[in-house]
Amino acid sequence: MALRTEELILNVGPQHPSTHGVLRLEVELEGELVVKVKPHIGYLHRCFEKHAEAMTYPQVIPYTDRMDYLASMYNNFGYVIAVEKLMGIEVPERVEYIRVIMGELQRIASHMVALGTYGLDLGAFTPFLYLFRDREKILTMFEMTCGARLLYNYMWVGGLSHDLHPDFVRLAREFIQYFRPNIVELNNLLTYNKIFIERTAHIGILPADTAINYGITGPMLRASGVNWDLRKNDTYSIYNRFDFDIPVGQGHMGTVGDCWDRYYVRVLEMEQSMRILEQALDQLPEGDINSALPKRIKPPVGTVYQRVENPKGELGYFIISDGSLNPFRVKVRGPSFVNLSVINELSRGHLIADLIAILGSIDIVLGEIDR
Amino acid sequence: MYNFLTELTGNEIIAAFISAMLPVVFIVPFVIFGVLAERKVSAHIQDRLGPMRVGYHGVLQTVADFFKLIQKEDIIAEGADRKFFNLAPYLVFVGSYAVYAALPFTSTYIGSETDIGLFYIIAVSGFAVAGILMGGWASNNKYSLYGALRSAAQIVSYEIPTALVILSMVMLTGTLSLATMSEMQTAYFWNWNIFGGAEWAFTKLLLIPFMFIAFIILYISTLAEVNRLPFDMPEAESELVAGYSTEYSGMKFAMFFLAEYGNMFAVSALVSVIFFGGYQSPFGYLGNSLGLQWLIPYEQLFWFALKGILFVLVQMWLRWTLPRVRVDQLMTICWKYLIPYSFANLIIIGLITLL
Repeated sequence: MALRTEELILNVGPQHPSTHGVLRLEVELEGELVVKVKPHIGYLHRCFEKHAEAMTYPQVIPYTDRMDYLASMYNNFGYVIAVEKLMGIEVPERVEYIRVIMGELQRIASHMVALGTYGLDLGAFTPFLYLFRDREKILTMFEMTCGARLLYNYMWVGGLSHDLHPDFVRLAREFIQYFRPNIVELNNLLTYNKIFIERTAHIGILPADTAINYGITGPMLRASGVNWDLRKNDTYSIYNRFDFDIPVGQGHMGTVGDCWDRYYVRVLEMEQSMRILEQALDQLPEGDINSALPKRIKPPVGTVYQRVENPKGELGYFIISDGSLNPFRVKVRGPSFVNLSVINELSRGHLIADLIAILGSIDIVLGEIDR
Repeated sequence: MYNFLTELTGNEIIAAFISAMLPVVFIVPFVIFGVLAERKVSAHIQDRLGPMRVGYHGVLQTVADFFKLIQKEDIIAEGADRKFFNLAPYLVFVGSYAVYAALPFTSTYIGSETDIGLFYIIAVSGFAVAGILMGGWASNNKYSLYGALRSAAQIVSYEIPTALVILSMVMLTGTLSLATMSEMQTAYFWNWNIFGGAEWAFTKLLLIPFMFIAFIILYISTLAEVNRLPFDMPEAESELVAGYSTEYSGMKFAMFFLAEYGNMFAVSALVSVIFFGGYQSPFGYLGNSLGLQWLIPYEQLFWFALKGILFVLVQMWLRWTLPRVRVDQLMTICWKYLIPYSFANLIIIGLITLL
């Protein structure tokens, strides 16, 4: 007589060290092998899109801060240029530059958290704290500019809340000088660590066609070898003025599109962001930042879709205006939400430890998934 | 020590009791020091300060933590098997404590002067597996169960390379007694087993590389046996929350903690006895040169503690530097690499000792 066996259902989350927030994964396990993963979301749902309908256009900006709270600047960025597009506002040069500088600093900060917590998921505690130490410098710069460290409400429709602090440019340059050697240190400590490579190479391989079918964007898509970055492919703001490369996954340590590639693309992107920063700091023009601020934000009837390259991927805002002070509808296409959808495909047949590695490599922020 | 105490007190039971309690006098301060050291070492590795509030630079932090832990409510999960759930932490602690009975702290103090010390240590370290398995199963929690099963597989597997290395050392020294083994590596550091033992012959030079291999294998496998990173599968906090100790709180959790730190020192001391002369000083005794014989045991205690603590610090250093291996990779390291190498090493050391 054969013994009756059944799969073990394990609830990972919503309170679990590695779910990066309040995500619940319903995992079907056979021994330590993952049979099926079902993500349950919504624990952090705050009705952002519905709230936005009752707010005036500028009042929506603080809500966008609270979506991907590790990349608030970039969420502001996407929303304000969507509204500006709707209203046909041209912002001054200086504003454009400051926005790019803030956006790229934010990208570095967001990737720092992604890489640090990824190391943490794999048991390496130290790189996490090194990266947070460096992230602190970026947050200090944000704080001296707009007074907030996490939720900025910095970019306004047609301008910015504050001009740069007089020390800002010097600090930003110092940061670049300071952080470049630290990337080398990170690489030596974690990226090229034998155990780390063993844990991540050939794990959770995402082929390019699957990635495209699922609508994956951002570093995850590029790690699969697809050269797609909205800063170059559907350029916005003044990104076409800068010289930078799009790193793609090449399977240095394993297969193209494995966890190691997804990790390494982010490391390389931090370097590219610093290149953009250097150029932007050099070219930063003088001028009044508030000259284009509209008296009243009342866009004409119409719709707009604006997408930007958030650190996590393609962040899209679809706004319908009925000509009143409030938007009729604000729909957000969140990159983390879409990227998470592929987790079942990625982790099937892997061990439970790999599931954690894969989840970490997706780099989700629950604030944006649940909105 | 026991004989001395029997004479002193005139009662065997009291003597045995005192003799058995003596390691506690060592373990508890060591754990207090060890936990603080772990936090301070990790903090300084990670470019931060660590505990700073309780006492000067946080030296009393562990004491404060201890008082916090004994005040905690003792929670037992509803579906838990109460009997085994309560028993498990103590069993784990017994496993780590019992090892101290056979460790020669100095030439005059050893808990039990048994001739089969090494054999005894290998045997009692199995207690921990039973305790962990018991705790994991009785918790009635899936994470605990995973942690316990992993731990059982891991500790049992890594006992094989440990035993093989110890066997080769037994072949070399011809004794299972840790006291005798320490005794043999006397005088200067080149007499330590890692440098081929005290016997002067051409085989000593031949032995040195194989001794280093044996040492590294033993160190790695003891690291796995005490569940320290990079082999902390059973606890793997990013996967299994806290493994077998997930459901434990308060003093029961502290028992696991105590056992872990007790174990860390025990295996470090074992490694130092087998390869680094145990309590022997690397360059003669001050007591001998000054003519103060009473000083020697204290010097020996100092060296014994120093060597043990040094290996504990290496364990901490590794923990805060390396990521964690995966559970199947852990088994691969053991079965495909450590066991064949330790086996080959055993044969080679055997051949050399025959020469």
